[in-house]
Amino acid sequence: MTKKDYLKDIGEIKDLMNKSSRFISLSGLSGVMAGIYALIGAGFAYWLVTNSERQYLILDGKIFRLVMLDLFLIAFLSIVTAVYLTTKKAKKNGEKIWDNSSKRLIINFMIPLVVGGLYILIILGQQKYGQTGALMLLFYGLALVNASKYSIGDIRYLGFIEIILGLICAIFPGYGFWLWVAGFGIMHIVYGTLMYLKYDRKKQ
Amino acid sequence: MSIITNINKVFDHRFRLGIMSILMVNEFADFNTLKELLGITDGNLASHLKALEKVNYISISKSFIDKKPNTKYSATKDGVVEFQKHIAALERIINSQN
Repeated sequence: MTKKDYLKDIGEIKDLMNKSSRFISLSGLSGVMAGIYALIGAGFAYWLVTNSERQYLILDGKIFRLVMLDLFLIAFLSIVTAVYLTTKKAKKNGEKIWDNSSKRLIINFMIPLVVGGLYILIILGQQKYGQTGALMLLFYGLALVNASKYSIGDIRYLGFIEIILGLICAIFPGYGFWLWVAGFGIMHIVYGTLMYLKYDRKKQ
Repeated sequence: MSIITNINKVFDHRFRLGIMSILMVNEFADFNTLKELLGITDGNLASHLKALEKVNYISISKSFIDKKPNTKYSATKDGVVEFQKHIAALERIINSQN
């Protein structure tokens, strides 16, 4: 074997290791869309609260329920869009959408996310809602860092940024809304655009 | 010390190297997963798996899923150590000839 053969071997080893353990067809565009939904949703919540009689959010009442519905819609639309665009991209790459690598990715992403979601619901039930924004950012960031081992490495950095925003948010809960907009809206758009330019566009 | 010390003859085949690569980063893999990832025929894969099993680099566990036989392959401790040695040797060769 010549040196060229050995180099090819190493390349093939790397390729197989990645292909067999990481799901790489995450669509960058779905990140951008999630960011846009978050911004629209946040705009709607802001309008709701500032146009209400009290002009701030309390835990019971119609406005609060509408904000919760708003949050749910953002999450729902983001997930549907991500699944749709990722399925499309996986098909184009000849990658299976539901294999061991994508299963592992989703399971490891969901563990911190579900724990965080339940925790937030529990403390909301105890009338503690000052840290909701911080907790959402923190648990989402941890979910991304945890999932990054099973996908393209870059989502790790998005995770770290969300965690930092979450910690800042915990110190200044008064800016929770704006940090939430930065974390879920702007960061998703920035990150999604970067991923799109780095991975998706090149292949077209 | 010769430059090709630690080059492992058992791994001197791209499919065997491929099988080991997959088993290094996965706890286990079944026959069909290996087949798809490597793009190899049944018989070819079976013979390479046998060769790796013979030197005790991989272990095999058989079970049934929905009454269908399912064979899982995983790397043994020996296999992991030998694979790492082999990769280090490959790297040395590549670097030395630069």
